[in-house]
Amino acid sequence: MGKKVALIGTAAMATAMRQINPDVVSAFPITPQTAIVQDFASYVHNGMVDTEFITVESEHSAMSACVGAASAGARVMTATSSAGLALMWEILSIASGLRLPVVMTNVNRALSAPINIHCDHSDSMGARDAGWIQFYSENSQEGYDNLIKSIRIAEDENVRLPAMVMIDGFITGHSTEILEILEDSQVKGFLKENKAPYSVLDIENPSTFGPLQLTDYYFETKKQEADAMVASMDTIKAVCKEYRELSGREQPLVDTYMIDDAEMAIMVLSSTAGTTRSVVRELRKDGIKAGLIKPRLFRPFPKEEIIESTKNLKALAVLDRSDSFSGQGGPLYSEVRSALYDLDTKPVITNYVYGLGGRDTTIDQIKKAFNDLSSVAKTGKAENLVNYLGVRE
Amino acid sequence: MADKTKQEKPGYKTIPMGGMIPRAGSSEDYKTGDWRVKKPVRDDEKCIDCLFCYIFCPERAVSVTEDGKIGKINLDYCKGCGICAEECPKDAIKMELE
Amino acid sequence: MEDLIEIRWHGRGGQGAVTASKLLATAAVEEGYYIQAFPEYGAERMGAPVQSFNRVSKDKIELHSQVKEPNYVLVLDPTLLESIDITEGIKDGGIIIINTHEPLEEIKKKINIGDRDIKIYTVDANKISVDEIKRTMPNTPMIGALVKVSDFLNIDSLLKAIRKFLSKKFPEKVIKGNLNAIKRAYEEVGN
Repeated sequence: MGKKVALIGTAAMATAMRQINPDVVSAFPITPQTAIVQDFASYVHNGMVDTEFITVESEHSAMSACVGAASAGARVMTATSSAGLALMWEILSIASGLRLPVVMTNVNRALSAPINIHCDHSDSMGARDAGWIQFYSENSQEGYDNLIKSIRIAEDENVRLPAMVMIDGFITGHSTEILEILEDSQVKGFLKENKAPYSVLDIENPSTFGPLQLTDYYFETKKQEADAMVASMDTIKAVCKEYRELSGREQPLVDTYMIDDAEMAIMVLSSTAGTTRSVVRELRKDGIKAGLIKPRLFRPFPKEEIIESTKNLKALAVLDRSDSFSGQGGPLYSEVRSALYDLDTKPVITNYVYGLGGRDTTIDQIKKAFNDLSSVAKTGKAENLVNYLGVRE
Repeated sequence: MADKTKQEKPGYKTIPMGGMIPRAGSSEDYKTGDWRVKKPVRDDEKCIDCLFCYIFCPERAVSVTEDGKIGKINLDYCKGCGICAEECPKDAIKMELE
Repeated sequence: MEDLIEIRWHGRGGQGAVTASKLLATAAVEEGYYIQAFPEYGAERMGAPVQSFNRVSKDKIELHSQVKEPNYVLVLDPTLLESIDITEGIKDGGIIIINTHEPLEEIKKKINIGDRDIKIYTVDANKISVDEIKRTMPNTPMIGALVKVSDFLNIDSLLKAIRKFLSKKFPEKVIKGNLNAIKRAYEEVGN
């Protein structure tokens, strides 16, 4: 078994990268991701990894270098945040469109303007339709585990899609917490050879990457990509099962707490799930039937697991740490509502946009949401479907 | 001329992953001759085999014979751009309507 | 989580408040606690008031909100008493430790706790660090003072953890200086 260490979240991610020992890393520093790249650069400098580290002048170039290296069949990783992910945007869909298993950490940070360095999910939610697998992590343990799993998932012959692993900026990224890390040899043993079907450097079998596809083939290529994302669910489940056997950590794709007899529940991604779990525990002491639903996976969308987790609820509040500016709530809310739409019996589903720009999400805020929910559960009606939690009026 | 017979294209279940073309030289399948409005016609009396047309042709549609003389212009790929006629020092190439 | 201990550190940029919270966390890990150590980030510059936080518990810590109601408040720089309310949110029965050369009675005048059940301790961590580490570095002695006035950590495991942490970066002379400073603050802290 592994050993317990106290690390800041970014160091946990850099440790996973060191153990993965990728062929190529290309990255550009941005707060609050910087410490990952800094740690990893020192691993390269000290000869602790065999990685070719490509320094670049922007995130656009970083992801471009990743695409180039992955086209050659290399195992490729990077890391970014916020504006960095936004600047990669053009190349994100090239990585997925070319079916290149690039794996990155995104340390969640709000998008400008106003300029802000703290956590929200507007960066990664902005990339939710870019064809990348997306994991969200409650703490550095999950971030570490998700990153190692993502290599196996992304490189699997039935998937061949890029993957990004989110940790909450500062809250997880700069907080020292205890996690259990695997032995280097365990990680090495868990990973498999990255068998790229084609390599741009294979001169014996020359091939063309990224040819023009107009009205004749583009649609077919995209349908194939969409199917790969759906089909990746089987691989994700198999890899997670194997990882559970290795690590002893049970990490279902949609995690729940006290959900079986719950009348109402909050669904939330990442670090706020921990705070919510504490609140649920407290409410349960008073006999209040509250529960928590925490999806770890957002892409592909774990529809079946979401439906299963919500089936006994009267009221469900979905918390979004980003807004879609649509008047229809945040992205997690929209997709959960859509997933439950066809069911005959389903809970009333409300939305809370919370924690933008790193606004502290307190126990009291979560209690307020549960308090609202309890009247929704009683009446079967919600006064407002879309709400904002913790904002000053 | 390009092949005008319609071929059934493969669907998403069978095409290579990520829009790959996993073999070399596939551009030969892409015949650009039907873009042409005017075709180059060479006057072999005037031609001095300087090979300028071979060098300048952006499609490599002009061939060279084994003994280093100018060969045929491959009309499957000649787009009719007229660069050969423009560059010919002996005015030996004329662009004529198809 | 009834046994959850929450700690707030006040300092100025460059005084080592962030490192202090990390060091404390490392020591608590050695004793089998679950921990969190996290700074409050904003504009980072030398001399600006900064805060850093710890959570320590026998149970797994799931809270990811900020520390609002600390059990312990440690002040690395007494000049902060003039500009910010270091007592904000402190729990009843809480403890404040201040790095100062001033007598306790003088310091108490600067802290408004009324008749609340809050204990105030002082230690001259600046002098201790200058004597032992040869520079003003009050953060490690303050951990020694905290260990003395609290009951969740033991001084020997603190010293062991600090040695392990510092040995990654510093020569033996600096490590010894820090360990001596911690021991002295542990002895000299008072109320």
